[in-house]
Amino acid sequence: MSTQERSRKKPLTRAMRSDGEPLGIKEYEMSGGYEGLGKALRDMSPHDVIEEVTASNLRGRGGAGFPTGMKWSAVPPDDGSAPHRYVISNSDEMEPGAFKDRILMEGNPHQLVEGLIIAGYATQSDRGYIFLRWAYGRSAQRLKRAIEEAYGAGYLGHNILNSGYSLDIYLHISAGRYICGEETALLNSIEGKRAIPRGRPPFPQVCGLWGRPAVVNNAETLSNVPHIIRNGADWYRALSLSADGGTKMYAVSGKVKNPGAWELPMGITMRELLYDHAGGIKEGLKLKGIIPGGASTDFLLEEHLDTAMDYDSVQKAGSRLGTGTMIILDDKTCPVGMVHNLERFFSRESCGWCTPCREGLPWVEKMLRAIENGQGHHEDIEILEEHTRLLRPGNTFCVHAPGAMEPLQSALKFFRADFEQHIEEGRCPYK
Amino acid sequence: MLSEDERMEILKELEGAEDAPSIAMEALRIVQGRRGYISDETLCDIAAFLNMTPHELDSLATFYSFIFRKPVGRHVIYVCDGVTCWVMGHESIFEHLKQRLGINWGETTEDGSFTLLPVSCIGACDHAPAIMIDSTLYGDLSKEKIDEILKEHR
Repeated sequence: MSTQERSRKKPLTRAMRSDGEPLGIKEYEMSGGYEGLGKALRDMSPHDVIEEVTASNLRGRGGAGFPTGMKWSAVPPDDGSAPHRYVISNSDEMEPGAFKDRILMEGNPHQLVEGLIIAGYATQSDRGYIFLRWAYGRSAQRLKRAIEEAYGAGYLGHNILNSGYSLDIYLHISAGRYICGEETALLNSIEGKRAIPRGRPPFPQVCGLWGRPAVVNNAETLSNVPHIIRNGADWYRALSLSADGGTKMYAVSGKVKNPGAWELPMGITMRELLYDHAGGIKEGLKLKGIIPGGASTDFLLEEHLDTAMDYDSVQKAGSRLGTGTMIILDDKTCPVGMVHNLERFFSRESCGWCTPCREGLPWVEKMLRAIENGQGHHEDIEILEEHTRLLRPGNTFCVHAPGAMEPLQSALKFFRADFEQHIEEGRCPYK
Repeated sequence: MLSEDERMEILKELEGAEDAPSIAMEALRIVQGRRGYISDETLCDIAAFLNMTPHELDSLATFYSFIFRKPVGRHVIYVCDGVTCWVMGHESIFEHLKQRLGINWGETTEDGSFTLLPVSCIGACDHAPAIMIDSTLYGDLSKEKIDEILKEHR
């Protein structure tokens, strides 16, 4: 395989500079940037764009894995009844363990901007937002500059490339709260309300921002779109080792030799990711557990290492691909302490709207803290298990609390002996 | 009273905005950027300017993490207490930080230099443990590195 062919296999990151500086508009154009937008506006109808993205099997990279083309096709045709229609990049990336969107936005901000414009054209939207988390100051600077450059080059604003299509993009910097990443909470946040999730239906595509159509996609998802339009759905599907199309930004963190993020074919195995790319566990430590896709996914074990990292395979193994950003638990790190850290996060970030989440998560957090500090009781394990059932989807308003229960329920299953030892010995055996 | 500059900057945000509440967070951020925090009096002034009630605005100011309703130091140290930083042994490093500053979570040093706040994962897991001071990220922390960073900011 030639270098050129190999680099074509990494559409999201291949053009990025090695010095950490972002691609400017000229460099981005030289790498084929904005060709996809030109092609869409010149040769394709909005419907054609949606068809192409549907055929590419692109699935949402924010964690839920919803097919992107299907999401877009739920936006009603523009009958002129709404004064504005919106397309939004969810760049809030607050899932603990996730830092993939940051790498894409810092290294290649135009790619996201182009993806958002194409998504806007496909859904006939005239306003775009990039909803960016507060901590990503460098991304903010670089996106701001990219947006200005795109206006200057005629890729944004009125009558883009003389196509008759117009779009304005606004960069919205969030003021914090994990729940903003939930798409309906994000919409409330843009409207200037507390970021509390909404009930569905109506779905955002019909009634999103100020009662008008809005479609929300993850930043990595949108970054894929220019390449799909430029190179076609068949090419995109062929990048993948599984039924889901394309490449994926995978990451590994924890006590491994080489923590980091890599763009790899969708569906590589956990083993390959952990050993070939992250260099394996640090000397003197052993693998005890894996959280495959960010804080709100179930633990898996060494026996699952040959699982393909795609949406369906990870689900079959008992967890979720989520954000594709793995967190490693080693044998010298306390699983009870780790789960306590996770539940403290979820408890603090509950928006407080529904009772099971607002009351249940702090209860779970306190109980785990007591066990970790050697003050647990035998019946605590049963009460924790009861919470993993009580905070299931259907009992809560959104998936925040059910997501929080995923690492807890699997930890109680896989690391039960550790919980019991804490309670019996009245101390944390790892300290 | 909002200053002329503050009013101008908020008015600029209002241009093209859907309505006043949709830029309320921006307005709070603009004023906080100049004053360090949002006092009760400031909150009422901003609310009046945006034609909102103080309660409406305070329900936003208290919901979002990075609007401060109490005074903070010249620098705010945001300590990532995310799961990867925890796995990477952040506890001993942050104990060291607290000891060096002589303050606990949520407190400000006597000389007004630093406020210490825990914060959810800041997306620097490949360089855990990590902190942010104001808007600058510091990763791969050790006790020695903490000492150096503090010296830079004193």
